Amino acid sequence: MSDSYKGYREPVLSVLKKNNVRVWSEVEMQTTRGEFKGLILPRSETADAKHIVLKLINGYNIGIAAELVQSIREVGYKEAHYQIPEKDFPVDEGKPNVKLLGTGGTIASRLDYRTGAVIPAFSPGELYGSVPELADYCNLETEKLFGVFSENMGPEQWIKTAEAIGEEIEKGVDGIVIGHGTDTMHHTAAVLSFMVQNSPIPIVMVGSQRSSDRPSSDAALNLIHAVKTAAESDMAETMVCMFGPTSDQYGLLHRGTRVRKMHSSYRSTFRTISDIPLAMVDRDKITPLRQDYKRRRSDRNVNINAVFEEKVSIVYYYPNMKPDIIDSLVDNGYRGIVIAGTGLGHVNKPVYPALQRAREHGVAVYMTVQTLWGYVQMYVYETGREMMQLGVVPTANMLPETAYVKLGWALGQTDDLEKVKEIMLTPISGEITEREPYNGYLVYQGGIPEVEEFLRQIKR
Amino acid sequence: MTLSGLLKPFEEMTPEDYAEIGLRSGLEVHQQLLTDRKLFCRCPAGLYNTKEYDAEILRHMRPTLSELGEYDGTALMEFKTRKEIIYRINHQSVCTYEMDDTPPFEINQQALDIALQLAMVMNYKLVSEIHIARKQYLDGSIPTGFQRTTIVGIDGWLPYKGRKIGLVQLGLEEDSCREVSDIGHERIYITDRLGMPITEVVTEPVMRTPQEVADVCNIIRYVSRSTGRVRTGLGAAREDVNVSIAGGTRIEIKGVHRIKLIPRLIYHEAQRQYSLLKIRDELRRRGITPDTFQYEWVDVTSYLMHTTWEPIQRAIHKRQEMVACVNLKGFLGILSYPTQTGTVFSKEISDRVRVIACLTRQPNILTSESTEVTIGNVVWNRIRKAVRAQANDALILVWGSSQDVKTAIDEIAIRAREATLDCPVPSETRQALDDGTNGFERILPGPERMYPDTDLPPLEITPQRIENLAEDVPEQMWVREDRYREWGVPEHLLVPIASSMQAELFESLVKTFNRLSPVRIARLMFEKTVAWRREGLDTSRLTEAVWQTLFTHANTHPPLVEAAETLLETFLKSDGTVDLATQIHAFLLPSIDEATVKDLLQQELAVERPYTSPAAKHHFIMGNVMKQCRGKIAGAVVNQLLNEYLS
Repeated sequence: MSDSYKGYREPVLSVLKKNNVRVWSEVEMQTTRGEFKGLILPRSETADAKHIVLKLINGYNIGIAAELVQSIREVGYKEAHYQIPEKDFPVDEGKPNVKLLGTGGTIASRLDYRTGAVIPAFSPGELYGSVPELADYCNLETEKLFGVFSENMGPEQWIKTAEAIGEEIEKGVDGIVIGHGTDTMHHTAAVLSFMVQNSPIPIVMVGSQRSSDRPSSDAALNLIHAVKTAAESDMAETMVCMFGPTSDQYGLLHRGTRVRKMHSSYRSTFRTISDIPLAMVDRDKITPLRQDYKRRRSDRNVNINAVFEEKVSIVYYYPNMKPDIIDSLVDNGYRGIVIAGTGLGHVNKPVYPALQRAREHGVAVYMTVQTLWGYVQMYVYETGREMMQLGVVPTANMLPETAYVKLGWALGQTDDLEKVKEIMLTPISGEITEREPYNGYLVYQGGIPEVEEFLRQIKR
Repeated sequence: MTLSGLLKPFEEMTPEDYAEIGLRSGLEVHQQLLTDRKLFCRCPAGLYNTKEYDAEILRHMRPTLSELGEYDGTALMEFKTRKEIIYRINHQSVCTYEMDDTPPFEINQQALDIALQLAMVMNYKLVSEIHIARKQYLDGSIPTGFQRTTIVGIDGWLPYKGRKIGLVQLGLEEDSCREVSDIGHERIYITDRLGMPITEVVTEPVMRTPQEVADVCNIIRYVSRSTGRVRTGLGAAREDVNVSIAGGTRIEIKGVHRIKLIPRLIYHEAQRQYSLLKIRDELRRRGITPDTFQYEWVDVTSYLMHTTWEPIQRAIHKRQEMVACVNLKGFLGILSYPTQTGTVFSKEISDRVRVIACLTRQPNILTSESTEVTIGNVVWNRIRKAVRAQANDALILVWGSSQDVKTAIDEIAIRAREATLDCPVPSETRQALDDGTNGFERILPGPERMYPDTDLPPLEITPQRIENLAEDVPEQMWVREDRYREWGVPEHLLVPIASSMQAELFESLVKTFNRLSPVRIARLMFEKTVAWRREGLDTSRLTEAVWQTLFTHANTHPPLVEAAETLLETFLKSDGTVDLATQIHAFLLPSIDEATVKDLLQQELAVERPYTSPAAKHHFIMGNVMKQCRGKIAGAVVNQLLNEYLS
């Protein structure tokens, strides 16, 4: 299909051709309902093949069924061209140097009002054009590593990102920001926490829950918070920087191994699980909430260990699960399985033979909890002990997604299951903590008078 | 400068006068629809809880880049204001959708059906597929920063004075928040109305006088109501009025709640534009153009340390603020030039300072042309020296935090320079004030603020759906009016009935109870009822069932019609203790026969009274007898018997 008819299929396509009009034609269209004037827009590939889309002079789009059309006359032609305004990002020798690595998704963007297309802004000049405040904090350089949606991030991208971080650290940047889609940001944050160790500088992951083309977007503020953290904070860890409350008040810095996306659409979707976040950040200050973080250093002694075994799976247990789920993974050559078990870490008895078989095939099986909060505790019930005898290893309070990427990373390093176990159970970056603080589990319930009182007083 | 820049007084303006200044005016009429739920989520519609709120959410609106890579005019302005927007939310009327934390749900089909039917009533061409658009609003009145809106029809029309008034489009969109306050850098909104389905009817600017605009506005509201599917009551319908004169600019006056106010609003806006054109001419005469325009400013706080004029004294000593003086070169007399009744040009500047620099405490500026007693001549003279003012310059003092004052100085210069432009009327939205004048609200957004909503796919309106809706579409109001006229309904009741939510009930009652006069039914339902409501009686108790009961009995017992008024009034005043049916039965039982009437008449005739004429005698006796037998026998019978006696 030629671009002149972008998105149009039969039978509409013939109607356009017969009348000698195409996409971007300004037309007067006679129909059985009267005359319609406007600009023919491209048709979405997923929309039906019955309608012609017109942009009216008042800015609205409408669809007219092709079967109503009597004739169309072209009175003009106006093709849209997109260009992002660039302004030179100011350089200030006195400011820290921050590198922004792009993985896909849009951190900042501008909007094409004619088509609604969102055009990503990514070069320092483009970013300066849309979020000029960034220049208050740092000198910015950017590099687009790849352009994939968050859900398409995988081992290949993780490894490349980790290697790119290593190179930047060697080059001497003062902080790194990674732009990332939010869906799998916590997977990437966790795996980078393992692949990049002993970083002397902050590594800050950031994204947005509301696209940056809308005035209420959280993108600009998240980016400002992330850049400030990368430039100024003394936290040399892999962190996720996203909205704390839904209000435009402050961001939270979450440790990469303890963070999880907890709501499909809220701005404040990222939460630290079973612990408290590292810090709060706003335009003016970074307020640490704890002191046990790794400090910024001036050396460049980072360890990059970017390996990953792809034959690892995560199994979310449900009542009535059959052993063939585990069997099929084993039969397909999987080397590691993370189970998200019920309660303290359980699966039903019929699965036991499959677990036994997995062990016989040298598959590493680890247990996490689907409650997300709390520890795996397999001694409390007889069933837990039985499972441990079958080789299932409890992973304390590691989050299921974190355990998954850690197991892939561990199996990427060695075939020796004892070594794998040692790697898995040795905390590297807070993925296992010795104690869960009392305020690490806060899911308040609405309706309770004191909670309502809190909501009335605290914007969130 | 003389006052030649003023139009004739409002009352004296003729259609010819308006034609001469090139008045053009159009309307955007917003009407809430009567649906159960909101437009893009499942929150209940029409649930207002003005004071109670459960939580507050804080947001900022950030401008997005427009096609040319520059921030849109409004966008930039709102960003300059650095407003904190606070939303007060009530759990019952608002969910996470309105707060922009959940994507939209499918559009409310009930609302879409009503909008399509309204479009049919107003002769629009219907679209075959709706596309949801986002219309940017950076004032925070919608938490997303845009309004989801779509159009269901274009090019409609309504009849008016033998002409067709063209309707550009009929939009279906979500309603916005209601502003609670806007003080300094904080604007507060209540969110209960947010997301309610409303239609927007946009007329072409073809009305010739301010009164015509009001007339057409009334027609649109009546026609909408006549469908019986829209909300009524305070705030359920709101108008924006667009006004321009030759050489001026299209100005949008927002939030007109009362149609009565429209003519004066238009007159005052025409006057303002007329004055701004005159001011431009005067500035040109003095050689001041956009290129030669000059201003200077100086921090004059130190000169005002000892002033006793309270606004500045408090600013300096209580709030530790600064005072700046802006010298507008060659502007002598311009600041005090009248622009609307009781308003001068400096109000244009004060308004901008209030909105854009967030200096909301009034007064927020003081000009060298003020005639009130303020800071005294000695101080003024020192300030004049400090800013090197010459005799033909005009000075403006402005005070506040140093950051806000900086914004204010820029804005004062921007607004003053705008007065010298070829078109000296800046594109703005202005707010309607109760005295018929208007004040600056925001810079008018450009057409670039519309873009497609990527959250929702286009939705086909099938021919079948249109056919089904067409069968159920309420009759056009003007067709109804013609029929009522034939029924003999008095002229002044035609529109109130035809546009009423009860029009269909009225017609079915007239048809069912064919022995009753339509005029009687009309007067009871639409004249007496209004009078009772004005008296403060709860006329909502006059339900369909009540009318049915009344007219069912009246249809077989004609005398009841004459007593209906008394019966209904007693019923309304009884606070629910008297059941209408019981009342009717009690009334119907003791009917009076002709013999009894004759006795009553004879008794009356026997009394000697000094009647002034035979007619007076007839009138008096008739009245006395009817008091005793009204509703129990037809008045016509009594009249005939009395005539027999008198002749």
